Amino acid sequence: MDLGTVVQILDSTLRLATPLLFACLAGLFSERAGIFDIGLEGKLLISAFFSAAYAHYTGSAWIGLGVGILAAVVFSLIHGIASITFRGNQLISGVALNFLAAGMTVVIAQSWFAQGGRTPSLLGEARFQRLDLPFAQALADVPVLGPVYSQILSGHSVLVYLGLLTVPATWWLLYRSRFGLRLRAVGENPAAVDTAGVSVVRLRYMAVIICGVLCGIGGAYLATSLSAGFVKDMSAGRGFIALAALIFAKWRPWHALGAVLLFGMLEAIANRFPSLDLGLITLPGQFMSALPYILTVVILAGFVGKAIPPRAGGEPYVKER
Amino acid sequence: MSARRLPHWADVTLVPLISLVIAFAISALVILAIGEDPWEATRLMVQGALGSTYGWGYTLYYTTNFLLTGLAVSIAFQARLFNIGGEGQAMLGGLGVALVLLFVPWPNWWTAIVAALFASALFGAAWAAIPGYLQAKRGSHIVITTIMFNFIAFSLLNYLLSHVLRPQGSMDPATARFPNTIRLPRLADILEPIGIEFSRSGPANVMLFVALLACFLAWVMLWRTRLGFSIRAFGQSEPAAHYAGISSVRIIMLAMLISGALAGMMAVNSVMGGPQRLVMNAVEGAGFIGIAVALMGRSHPFGIIPAALLFGFLFQGGSELAIETSIPREMIVIIQALVILFTGALDNMVRAPLTAAYVAIRGRR
Repeated sequence: MDLGTVVQILDSTLRLATPLLFACLAGLFSERAGIFDIGLEGKLLISAFFSAAYAHYTGSAWIGLGVGILAAVVFSLIHGIASITFRGNQLISGVALNFLAAGMTVVIAQSWFAQGGRTPSLLGEARFQRLDLPFAQALADVPVLGPVYSQILSGHSVLVYLGLLTVPATWWLLYRSRFGLRLRAVGENPAAVDTAGVSVVRLRYMAVIICGVLCGIGGAYLATSLSAGFVKDMSAGRGFIALAALIFAKWRPWHALGAVLLFGMLEAIANRFPSLDLGLITLPGQFMSALPYILTVVILAGFVGKAIPPRAGGEPYVKER
Repeated sequence: MSARRLPHWADVTLVPLISLVIAFAISALVILAIGEDPWEATRLMVQGALGSTYGWGYTLYYTTNFLLTGLAVSIAFQARLFNIGGEGQAMLGGLGVALVLLFVPWPNWWTAIVAALFASALFGAAWAAIPGYLQAKRGSHIVITTIMFNFIAFSLLNYLLSHVLRPQGSMDPATARFPNTIRLPRLADILEPIGIEFSRSGPANVMLFVALLACFLAWVMLWRTRLGFSIRAFGQSEPAAHYAGISSVRIIMLAMLISGALAGMMAVNSVMGGPQRLVMNAVEGAGFIGIAVALMGRSHPFGIIPAALLFGFLFQGGSELAIETSIPREMIVIIQALVILFTGALDNMVRAPLTAAYVAIRGRR
């Protein structure tokens, strides 16, 4: 493997990790507030479709992004109504929303565009363009740091950088702001938060809406940046890999970045080498694509440090009367 | 407080029925929104799924799948375990069916079906055993592990079908066909001797009766045996079951093994009874539809029979709809999602006004 290949793989690692990062941080907000969300996949998908459809209609990727976020937030609110207001089963609600997105996107796409459940290809400004970081050209020839800066870090869509900035922002919000303290508390012990006179319901709705916004950006990135348009089931399990990354990261933002980069790299390697020759054995591509899931099961089994979810996760809060 | 509750009969019939009506009403709105006529769509679905013995042959074939996967989810639900892994367990069940039928020369269909049932149950149960063990012993959340196992099963099957089991010279990832001598009797073969004419092309087969028998046996197990009592007690209250000396590890493991075995057995229908070879999408989402079926049937072995029939009808009717109109097959995924949402997650939204109405009526008397 030469340096060029390594640079190429790292470059696509960053590209492929971005939708995982948005979905993973989305899940982090929701689960830290005590709302399990296995509907990340569905929110990515519904936003991917609506962002691609409106980017196509308006010719602007930014309008597409807005509509995508809106669609994902609507899904988040359904999840919120089911699990916060009506105290329903959060897991079942998540499953339902995944199917709802899988069905809706194809049915609406077929009705609007009649191209077998896809949107037309997005051209020009309907996609997010690559963004060259300052001095990328000038620094390209510096040894080691040059290729890292100009080829790996530079030249992605603006959403990739937004994703990277969301990590410290999430960290700050969770650990340094009053809102974050309350959010974490409501996921561990909602009764205590309630006693302090802070509304559990309001906090949880806020968390669920933030989750929708982040998933919306992730989905829009899939359709208007990573690819050029929506195709059926294009989220391809990324919402579940993000969930895996969240467990891997034990619900912490910086670790989440590490986990999604790892899973992104696995995907990049699997794309680059359909079967990986390690000398003694040859790993088939199918193994590489199953690896994130296998790793998650190993982590969950507690063999590599225990992953303990927020204590009140999945439990509807019933105020004492 | 106890007087402010809905009577049991209303809770098991009215609540799911009203939820279902809401789900269908929203589905009709979706059909209207994409510019089609919901009445016409319903007529086409009824015509396509129930209007001929050809349609029934497919409807009952899908019903068989959903009976077994619905039962699988139900038994896990009774122990308050949410097994989303039916899809993966059924994939592995299909692998068991294919291995036992390809490599052993069975003399006739009924020895073959017994072997296939055993193999599929074994493979399905084994695939459910790992998440079950991790839940019971290490507290890993079963929902997450079963989701992960679905993906792992998909990759495993994809690898085996494209590298190991694919016959030489064939391009598509599938096994060779099973011999015709072990073809399962279809409904036409069964009904003809008693003078009923039935279409020969519908793939509904003898597995329908196996699935119905499984429902009955599941009912006996749940309501007439010590194990069933323990499973239900555990599902109602884990601490209470613990005080009664019921081992949580044992119940979680047994419930998941039975659940996985039932999901796996579904593959006997969809692999041996359908295309007679193992293909990549042999399960066709039946593992997930099992969730909707179990929720609608209130996790009761007899409740899931009408629910499975309804989804069999929707599945076959949906395919007909996709041929006759511009409504794609994915419409039934929307209906499935809405049924899961309203019967599973938003059931309190239906129950609360019903309870209020009930209390008001009773209070007046």
